[in-house]
Amino acid sequence: MIYLWVGLSGILGALLRYEMGRWIVLPGVGLFPFGTLIVNLTGCLVLALFYTAATTRFKVSPPFRVAFGTGFIGSYTTFSTFCKEGIMLMKDGHAGTALAYILISLVGGYVCAWLGVRLGSFKSVQTAGEGH
Amino acid sequence: MADWIWVGIGGFAGAVCRYGSVTYLGKRFPSLIMPIGTLFVNLLGAFLLGLLTGLDANVQMILLLGTGFMGAFTTFSTFQYELVQFSKQKRFGAAGQYLLLSVVLGLVLAYAGFELGKGL
Repeated sequence: MIYLWVGLSGILGALLRYEMGRWIVLPGVGLFPFGTLIVNLTGCLVLALFYTAATTRFKVSPPFRVAFGTGFIGSYTTFSTFCKEGIMLMKDGHAGTALAYILISLVGGYVCAWLGVRLGSFKSVQTAGEGH
Repeated sequence: MADWIWVGIGGFAGAVCRYGSVTYLGKRFPSLIMPIGTLFVNLLGAFLLGLLTGLDANVQMILLLGTGFMGAFTTFSTFQYELVQFSKQKRFGAAGQYLLLSVVLGLVLAYAGFELGKGL
């Protein structure tokens, strides 16, 4: 049964990623893959926020945690497209853009995930502080 | 509308296969420090997406297998979340290894897949 929920959430995540890729068309940015970047960064923030809040702030049922975290956000973000875009940029002679894309994705993704953990545990930290 | 059906079917299958792989590998290799499940799906997916790109597949195949399946089979958010967890536990060596293994091998495999696909 859990596989069904993961699959159905996976449909939503993949469709949202696909549509985001079509919506995010920034004029004048050239070859830089902004669609995948924004999808991956927002996904990092939401996943970390959800996982953290779901253990510190509120209780979610294990199937919901897997459906939303693994199914929806897991499918929304993508590692394969990130690698493919990096390689294609390099192959076509845009090594600088490729390097910038890879570094911004990795550093940005880490910062967003870290921010998600902080935001997700913000209230519990504050509550713990009030006890002193 | 037809594009949604291809992406949706691929997304369903990709998410289910990722969850199955990560669950299986986690149980099979419980003592490994590296998140072997995420590493496996990301590297395999990077290779296969490179292959698909090199094969110059038609639009439906790219939507079904590329955007849908490989997009959902691999995950960037879980990878970054695991890196943050390593750092929180002050396991910076493990974080660095995991980061390098994922990114360097992911790029190399995507390139290898692309070249292989082009040659087929």
